[in-house]
Amino acid sequence: MTDAPLSGPALAQTVTRAFDRRRRIAFAIPAAILAYLIYAAISFDIAGLMARARFDNAAILLSDFWSHKTHVTRDNRSGKLTIAIEGEAKGTYPEGRLPAWVSTSGDTTTIDLGQGHIVTYDANGARYVVPGYGTIDIREEGGRPVLTAPEPIPDWISVAENRIGVTTPAGRVTYTRSKVETFRYEPGWELWFFTLDSPLHGRSWAELAALAVSGERLDPARSNLALIASEFWTNRMWRHGDVVWAIFETILMAFLGTITAALVALPLSFLAARNFMPLGPLRFAARRLFDFIRGVDGLIWTIILSRAFGPGPMTGAIAMAITDTGSFGKMFSEALENIDEKQVEGVRSTGANAVQRARFGVMPQIMPVLLAQVLYYLESNTRSATVIGAIVGGGIGLLLTQAIITQKDWEEVAYYMVLIVLMVMLMDTLSGWLRRKLIKGE
Amino acid sequence: MVEIIHGPEADRRPVPATHRDAYFEMLRRRRMYGGILLVIFVALMASGWMLADHRNAGSFRGGLHRVFDFPSEVLSEAWEKRANLPGLFLDHVPALIETLNIAAVATLLGALAAMGLSLLATRGLARWPRAIPVFRRSMDALRAIPEIVIALVLIFILGGGPVPAVIAIALHTGGALGKLFSEVAENADLKPVEGLASVGANWSQRMWLGVIPQVAPNWLSYALLRFEINVRASAILGFVGEGGIGHDLKIAMQWGQGRYDEVVAIFLLLFLAIVAIDRVSDHYRHRLVTGH
Repeated sequence: MTDAPLSGPALAQTVTRAFDRRRRIAFAIPAAILAYLIYAAISFDIAGLMARARFDNAAILLSDFWSHKTHVTRDNRSGKLTIAIEGEAKGTYPEGRLPAWVSTSGDTTTIDLGQGHIVTYDANGARYVVPGYGTIDIREEGGRPVLTAPEPIPDWISVAENRIGVTTPAGRVTYTRSKVETFRYEPGWELWFFTLDSPLHGRSWAELAALAVSGERLDPARSNLALIASEFWTNRMWRHGDVVWAIFETILMAFLGTITAALVALPLSFLAARNFMPLGPLRFAARRLFDFIRGVDGLIWTIILSRAFGPGPMTGAIAMAITDTGSFGKMFSEALENIDEKQVEGVRSTGANAVQRARFGVMPQIMPVLLAQVLYYLESNTRSATVIGAIVGGGIGLLLTQAIITQKDWEEVAYYMVLIVLMVMLMDTLSGWLRRKLIKGE
Repeated sequence: MVEIIHGPEADRRPVPATHRDAYFEMLRRRRMYGGILLVIFVALMASGWMLADHRNAGSFRGGLHRVFDFPSEVLSEAWEKRANLPGLFLDHVPALIETLNIAAVATLLGALAAMGLSLLATRGLARWPRAIPVFRRSMDALRAIPEIVIALVLIFILGGGPVPAVIAIALHTGGALGKLFSEVAENADLKPVEGLASVGANWSQRMWLGVIPQVAPNWLSYALLRFEINVRASAILGFVGEGGIGHDLKIAMQWGQGRYDEVVAIFLLLFLAIVAIDRVSDHYRHRLVTGH
């Protein structure tokens, strides 16, 4: 009765049971994932996080990414006026030089924020004309700022004991007893080409081109082209020269680390391959060495090495070389175990010794695998070099963490992020091109 | 026509000796090119290391004998206080679990995002074939941004804790896995998809029932490999930013002498966790790909 299980109700039962099981699994897996995510949400304290999150910081960050602000500050005690881009010393306008939207006459300073918004500082205090609302008048009485503005006071004007703040889409004015300050926001990254102290600041492209080609020397010691290049390269705000060096250092770290690891791992991987190392214990030792190196992890190697060699790109390169030696050793020895023995036999039959057999029988076979892996690691190490640079203190990773720690140079953070992404994409393209060229022979 | 009938003239006939000469000439040239390339390569490596050495705070020669100073200092102190180790292990297990959770949640979320992105970016399967380049480029961009950049920026907005690290790793994972997933999906058999289309299945049904069962083993295998990578990344992010065992390690290291037993305990815990995860995932990946 071999067909009994296939008859009528029994078959139906089996199929139904199988379907039921499938259906249960189909629901159980998403349910398990969901349960885990809920557990994780509780253990990560998502609710507390949402309460603590500073979304105003996000707004600052996003607006800083693509715009900059200029501070126009008057010291209320001495009456001294300072105009500084991002409020930084290196972005301060020299005495007697004003941006086109600020004008002074005697004690009165007029700031045109655009769209009809005019801020005036005078001996009594400050006035801000907001189109469609009216005039906000702040003057000092009895050592405290007093506000006069059309009632009702809207919520974009904040009034506290010793401080009055007005925030509009055009800018921001803050008045305290010691100073009055106006921020004017402008799109773009400030002083990207030349800083204010450079003789080239504020010149148009055409003017610069004319200067470079002809025109008399601004600096008698060198040609205008050299001056333009060096003023740009040594820009104190953006430090283009240092940034280029940092990018180069990062790529150097990745290159040295990856290639050195491959060179060290190649001979060692012969020790760990079953078909080249007949001695069991030695093979076992080599494999455990690779496992150990990989297990200790790049982070720990980096920490140990930066104690010995100090911060810098070499420390990062050595740390990367050690970590990757473990990974390469494991992968190369696996590739070696999968080679075709016939070619080795052929080379052996001509009387070749072990080194010659490895060179002419083995290497041509594993070269494509090996190159593909080395190039892949070069690519991913360019990314890791940014992180390792932040730990050991070298390359673009260091510049990035320094800029983030200040918590205000977000335009620099954005600049470095763009550069890092470009760098990684460039290395991706380069390694893809090399892979096609070297492995497929196109 | 003459030479065809009478054969090539005697002096134009190939002579074995010139053949050999030509061969050796070619061999010599190849060796010369190989040699030149090797010299350039060696010079590049040597000058690279010299430059890196020059720009480093400490030099290679000066630091070489100190490589083992720090480990031996740490280990000797830990050995003196070895009685503390079991207790310290237990103290840091919660942090280790947090690190693993960060990696697991990030892998999970990243893999889910990668599933959608990869299907949308695969020729023959995409919902909107015109939008394939958009999804591909967005995966490239996600892959290109290092985790640390996103993590540090998010710490500024969200404050400390594990969530910035999760988001940073998940975004990167989405890009990296998306590319691999899409390569697998490209080789999927389209017949089941066509069959489902013929019975009126919509796009998500075609993908869920026609494609996912085919690619699931390879996708899972890649996701497991990514989990291994993410555990390491989450430890490193903890060290640079906040959260998990990396943060504990940083605090213990900053304290320095006197807490080296703690450093050793964290090192060991991290090492054992990484080795164990590597082993388990290796085993399952092998089973998933070979099928037994």
